[in-house]
Amino acid sequence: MSYPEKYKYTREHEWVEIAGNVGTVGITDYAQNSLGDIVFVDAPKVGTKVEKGAVFGSVESVKAVSDLYSPVTGTVTEVNAELASSPEKINSDAHGSWIIKVELSDPGEVGTLLPAADYEKFIAEETGK
Amino acid sequence: MATPAPVVLRKTALNAMHRRMGAKMVDFGGWDMPVEYSGLIAEHMAVRTGVGVFDVSHMGDIQLRGQGSLDAVQHITMNDASKLQEGQAHYSAMLYPQGTFVDDVIVHKLSPNDYLIVINAGTREKDFNWVKSNVRPFDCHANDYSDYYTQLAIQGPKAAETLAKLTKVDLSAIKGYWFKWGTVCGLANTLIARTGYTGEDGFEIYVPSDVATSERVWNEVLEAGKEFGILPCALGARNTLRLESAMSLYDHEISETINVFEAHLDRFLKLEKGPFIGSEALKKIQTASGPQRKLVGLEVIERGIARDGYPVLNLDGKKIGVVTSGSPAPFLKKNIALAYVPTELAAIDGEVAVEVRGNPVKARIVPTPFYRRPKKTA
Repeated sequence: MSYPEKYKYTREHEWVEIAGNVGTVGITDYAQNSLGDIVFVDAPKVGTKVEKGAVFGSVESVKAVSDLYSPVTGTVTEVNAELASSPEKINSDAHGSWIIKVELSDPGEVGTLLPAADYEKFIAEETGK
Repeated sequence: MATPAPVVLRKTALNAMHRRMGAKMVDFGGWDMPVEYSGLIAEHMAVRTGVGVFDVSHMGDIQLRGQGSLDAVQHITMNDASKLQEGQAHYSAMLYPQGTFVDDVIVHKLSPNDYLIVINAGTREKDFNWVKSNVRPFDCHANDYSDYYTQLAIQGPKAAETLAKLTKVDLSAIKGYWFKWGTVCGLANTLIARTGYTGEDGFEIYVPSDVATSERVWNEVLEAGKEFGILPCALGARNTLRLESAMSLYDHEISETINVFEAHLDRFLKLEKGPFIGSEALKKIQTASGPQRKLVGLEVIERGIARDGYPVLNLDGKKIGVVTSGSPAPFLKKNIALAYVPTELAAIDGEVAVEVRGNPVKARIVPTPFYRRPKKTA
């Protein structure tokens, strides 16, 4: 699995794509594989304030719940409605299934997120444990 | 998150096979077991619609042999083993003196002086020690044969057709909860039992536990089931299958603090057979007002998933019980749970709430099992 270079990553296995001052957020392929069949996405409503490093929702598979940590600080402007009826899309295409879009209050903070190569190294270490 | 200290996990004979086949592994009661192969939902559906095979060798096998073996079995279990015929098995449990569970078991009558008790993986040592010390007064030997067997569960509507390719034994002559000995995959004297933990038709076969034999049989089962879409299945699907069928799991629905009446398992309790460990305490509970709490089935009716350990609330938000097992049900496509609630609130169609990470989510009390396999008309 190759991790798109245009995304930035967190150690909690979220990805974010920055375009201007909008961040598009999802979870990585590594995350969906660990979770198994995803059955439920609990996403915040439009207008909710999210904070970098704080829980903004959750993703549930049959066997587990996983909190979602926001990679960015800002306000939710869009929520992917498809995931309410077809959460399994995250399993088949994690990098193409965004969960929320966020208007960034601090575009500079993305500098501390992991680029693809560092994220790949991080998960290689995780699986090697 | 702190890295846990490394633990030496026990392995079944098929451990290397599971790993080679790419199974996701997990620590289950001290065993390094597969939790998922191709995917929980796919495995679950294979068992409900075709056939799946599970390695359940981590379960234990205690043999009681001798002239006093029936008396010993009667003393330590709650069902009436004197009603078993040779070749027949039944669901039962070993109880503590207070009428709570040491473990749930399947008792097989191999012959008048020979009983096989199949027990759970996580309670192997505890169970064997319990059996050994409690059968001492009786004229029998207790032997732990757990490591002698690789136990495979072949489950689903196509299980019989799959196994039929591997044995000349007439499987149609084996009724549910009965067993026979026969040659399977060329192995003579293999125990073939029509038992399982999925709510589907199926068989459990017990073959020698050396790696070469175990792998050969595993592969032959997969080959035989190929035309029916067989999948290797693991503990994730095993749990959702047994939950849809409302079958108990130790330390969830049954435990050393839960009694037989609370667990809704009194149809397997035969107090009339005479005294046994736990019978006096259960008689007292029966003649008093019955159990204070009861195990019920829940169907979540608002958006959310009830999971193990989540509190159950009444509609005023007061905690009244707890979910013992809860999960999405892949075949039923609902979110279901088993839970303990006060007896007076346990009526079917009653509404409660489950606290899902701080928020109350409504659930309805429904009859169990949630799923019953279709009756064969052919």
